Amino acid sequence: MPKKNSMQIQFSSNSLNESFARVAVAAFISQLDPTVEELYDIKMAVSEAVTNSIIHGYENEETGEICINCAYEDEVVNIEIIDHGKGIPNIEEAMTALYTTSGDEERAGLGFTVMQSMMDEVEVFSEVGHGTTIRMKKSLGV
Amino acid sequence: MSIDFTMVDRTLLVTLEGEIDHHTCVEIRQTVDREYQKRRAKNLLFDFANINFMDSSGIGMLMGRYRSVAICGGEIGLYNVSPEAWRILSLSGIHKLMKTYSSKQEAIEALA
Ligand SMILES: Nc1ncnc2c1ncn2[C@@H]1O[C@H](COP(=O)(O)OP(=O)(O)OP(=O)(O)O)[C@@H](O)[C@H]1O
Ligand SMILES: [Mg+2]
Repeated sequence: MPKKNSMQIQFSSNSLNESFARVAVAAFISQLDPTVEELYDIKMAVSEAVTNSIIHGYENEETGEICINCAYEDEVVNIEIIDHGKGIPNIEEAMTALYTTSGDEERAGLGFTVMQSMMDEVEVFSEVGHGTTIRMKKSLGV
Repeated sequence: MSIDFTMVDRTLLVTLEGEIDHHTCVEIRQTVDREYQKRRAKNLLFDFANINFMDSSGIGMLMGRYRSVAICGGEIGLYNVSPEAWRILSLSGIHKLMKTYSSKQEAIEALA
């Protein structure tokens, strides 16, 4: 029988929710019996995307909303992280390793690099003034 | 996140327990910097044994501590690093700036 399931969560852009988002997605993915490493990879990628929405998208304002859509079909996991924050003017530049716009805040500029190395596919959709959607995909058990 | 400190000579040992992310980095930064100054430490060692998660915010935090320790002529190191934490450390290249030791004893001796 094919395995198929989905879930959505929405939460405020409060940094406390970074760990909430990781744990919620991990709990859902656990239905697929992932390896410890696969689960850790997914938690890292989710953490990076959610943190970016909070810090960059909403500039640390806690009143924004972040939505996560998560679905799997057989062993393929799809995760979307959506914010309605300020958006990214140049996606290609933003995804470059070590690129950061928070120069004085001790940021490494590695969030996108981490997402890309933890997941099989990472797509970024963004519109300045409207928000950002990160779509990530990972096949388990490969 | 719980943070404990021990001084061995001029090396400040920081034992962290929990998850290192953007949220917890705020407290880690403040407490470590305050303790490092208060105790007039030179070197900084992080015990990673009880870190069960770290993302790129942790890399930024470590880079920041590296800078301030280097200004004071000290060294920064890590010990008891899990394979999971090691992956992001090596991905970031930060492992070239700070040594990773296999035990507390080895770390203390190397910095003595
Ligand atoms: N959701 C978002 N909304 C607006 N800008 C974003 C968003 N996500 C990323 N960015 C922009 O892309 C840049 C690169 O993001 P990335 O996660 O790679 O690095 P960082 O967040 O600056 O540092 P790190 O993730 O290492 O702490 C950010 O500095 C920011 O300018
Ligand atoms: Mg980031």
